[in-house]
Amino acid sequence: MIQEETKKATYTIPVGPIHPALKEPVQLMLEIEGERVVDTDVRVGQVHRSIEWLGMNRNNPVQSLYVAERICGICNICHPFCLAIAVEQAANITVPDRAEYIRVIAAEMERIHSHLLWAGVAAHEIGFDTVFYRTWQVREEIMDLIEYVFGNRVTKAVLQFGGVRRDITAEQIPRIRKSLDYYKSVFKHLRRVFLEDKTVRMRTRNVGVLSTEDALKLLAVGPSGRASGVPKDVRQDQPYSAYADLNVKAITPDIITGTVVGDVYDRIIVRLLEVKQAVEIIEECIERMPEGPIMSEPKMPRLLKLLTDAAGEGVGRVEAPRGEDIHYVRLEAGQSTLATWKVRAPTYVNLVAVPTILRGMQIADVPITFASLDPCMSCTNRVLVTDRVTGRKSVMGYEELHRLSVEKTKELQR
Amino acid sequence: MNLVIIIFGSALLVFIGGFFGMLYRGIDRKLVAHMQARVGPPIVQPFRDVRKLLMKENIIPDGAISWLFNAAPFLALVSTGSLLLFIPLFGQPALLGTYGDMILVLYLLIIPSLAFVLGGFASSSPYATVGAQREMIIMMSYEAPLAVVALGIAWRISHVTAANPFLMSTIAEYPIWSLLGPVGVIGALLMLFTLIVVTVGEAAKVPFDIAEAETEIAGGLLVEYSGRNLSLFYLSDVIKAFAMSSLVVALFIPYNLSPLLGITSTVGGGIIDGLFFLVKVFVVMFFSISLIRAGMARFKISQASTVYVLAMTMVALVGMLLVWADFVIRM
Repeated sequence: MIQEETKKATYTIPVGPIHPALKEPVQLMLEIEGERVVDTDVRVGQVHRSIEWLGMNRNNPVQSLYVAERICGICNICHPFCLAIAVEQAANITVPDRAEYIRVIAAEMERIHSHLLWAGVAAHEIGFDTVFYRTWQVREEIMDLIEYVFGNRVTKAVLQFGGVRRDITAEQIPRIRKSLDYYKSVFKHLRRVFLEDKTVRMRTRNVGVLSTEDALKLLAVGPSGRASGVPKDVRQDQPYSAYADLNVKAITPDIITGTVVGDVYDRIIVRLLEVKQAVEIIEECIERMPEGPIMSEPKMPRLLKLLTDAAGEGVGRVEAPRGEDIHYVRLEAGQSTLATWKVRAPTYVNLVAVPTILRGMQIADVPITFASLDPCMSCTNRVLVTDRVTGRKSVMGYEELHRLSVEKTKELQR
Repeated sequence: MNLVIIIFGSALLVFIGGFFGMLYRGIDRKLVAHMQARVGPPIVQPFRDVRKLLMKENIIPDGAISWLFNAAPFLALVSTGSLLLFIPLFGQPALLGTYGDMILVLYLLIIPSLAFVLGGFASSSPYATVGAQREMIIMMSYEAPLAVVALGIAWRISHVTAANPFLMSTIAEYPIWSLLGPVGVIGALLMLFTLIVVTVGEAAKVPFDIAEAETEIAGGLLVEYSGRNLSLFYLSDVIKAFAMSSLVVALFIPYNLSPLLGITSTVGGGIIDGLFFLVKVFVVMFFSISLIRAGMARFKISQASTVYVLAMTMVALVGMLLVWADFVIRM
């Protein structure tokens, strides 16, 4: 009789595509041993919308700009901002100084609301609903301010190639200052709730650790990378737009605690401090904002003509609330639309780190750990192959993608 | 006692327990909503929830063991209902108080949790399985502190009377506070604190709602339940919270208002005592459920069992030790 080798049985728990812990569809297949996670498989592709194809098939690039705004509801400034930088680089458009400042103000307001939204979601993930509601109540102030200044809470349509479409007038400044003062006054409360509360600490300290080496190896970007002690921030490393004047420093958790652990708690620290930093940046922008035009080319037909005639390539890099966002654009002379548009959202890079940070965690840690990367699925989904006849769906692997890229390159070279 | 009285009395008690349980759940939800800066549902919402659940389809998953899956909710409701027979309610002695004592109540408290676990395992969902494992662990964790508290009180009472100290009527006759000096009062306060923390676990609310943990395991134990079965679990849940709070009242605040006001008539005194009892239960529920669940994050299962097995048992033992020291000093 052959004795079968006994081994510890693991079982699989699917988290997603629809699950209360997830705010957007993604599937985590967790290999569980008891309450411990042994391995994770991340399956993206549930919210694929062909957004790049849509963007390339508009009537003109200005329409693509509004598609870019809809890549993600939360990042509705950083994506068009990034696309605008890329197109302006390709078409050699210079942006007036005042417009650069307004863009930065819009981007930083977005950072405040995005981080507060994340903080609320994180509190909900660990079952602390009171903090969740209170944080979102605090967030309403910035949403109201955004609506007041830019005319809408989300999808503000404030950017335009070569400038912005809305000016900030002198009589709006006191209202902006009032909101900023409000955030300065609530910051110490937020800090007390998130950094000093005992149960929050119990649930986030030493949970989902991403060491500095791993962060470098897995190329974690944004707050997730900075929380692991990698001082990487596009605003600091390659300042774009008005950030060149502002001297922004990347925030790492050792500012408060003196050490870098790289856990969820550190990610909370980084995001909270970035809210404070964003408030300071907006204040400085209001101080230093020069007078002048807000658009290099206010006449739409001339702008469209200019974009149609332009030829060249451009790469936009923007520090989105979740990390470095990159847009690549190619314009061809005589073609009225974008010839190529490629988006690489920050979550795309950060997802690579998910199996690493989940390994060895308890099931209870999974939601907060995954949420601590602030994943944004709608930005990420790009390659999903659907066979309409059989209804089979598959995500392309490395080999196949490589083969297809080589084929496409050869086709383009011909 | 007459069998008819027992049968009708039990039915009436389950009805009353369900009514006040749901009422308190509604109040709790409203209060917590206000603490969270929300408007919250109307107080009658739990009644509406149950009514709606009763109208909904009762779905049994394909992989489930259907008889066990269906039996578990009934087991849970029956066992929580029978709890009410042995706990003094509305300032009156327990209906079957002479047939069973506190030890029986402690055992009966385990059965609803066991029913939840059975239902969870029977539903064949991985989420429910994880939830059932967690429920078992948490159940075993809070038994120790609960037993220590019960023992501590009964031990002290056994020194002043020859009657069975575990009987609810004996405990009501000799309120623990009247037997103690200052040191003992501190001990009793520690035991009260332990019991309140255990109540949170029994009622499965944040920070001890680990077995259900919406954001982690999507409702855990109850993930596959719907319709009538879910409404039975819901009812047993609210009744258990009500019974547990009544137990805290019976052990630590067994006072009545009518002797104090000098009301001697049975009807008038009964009404006053009944209302006073509802106030006492409300106070216990407010501090043990509403306030704690609004002010904390959910524990992990390892943290929760550490809290119960180590921290709360230690607190209860220290309380018992102080009660003992008080007894020795005052001898």
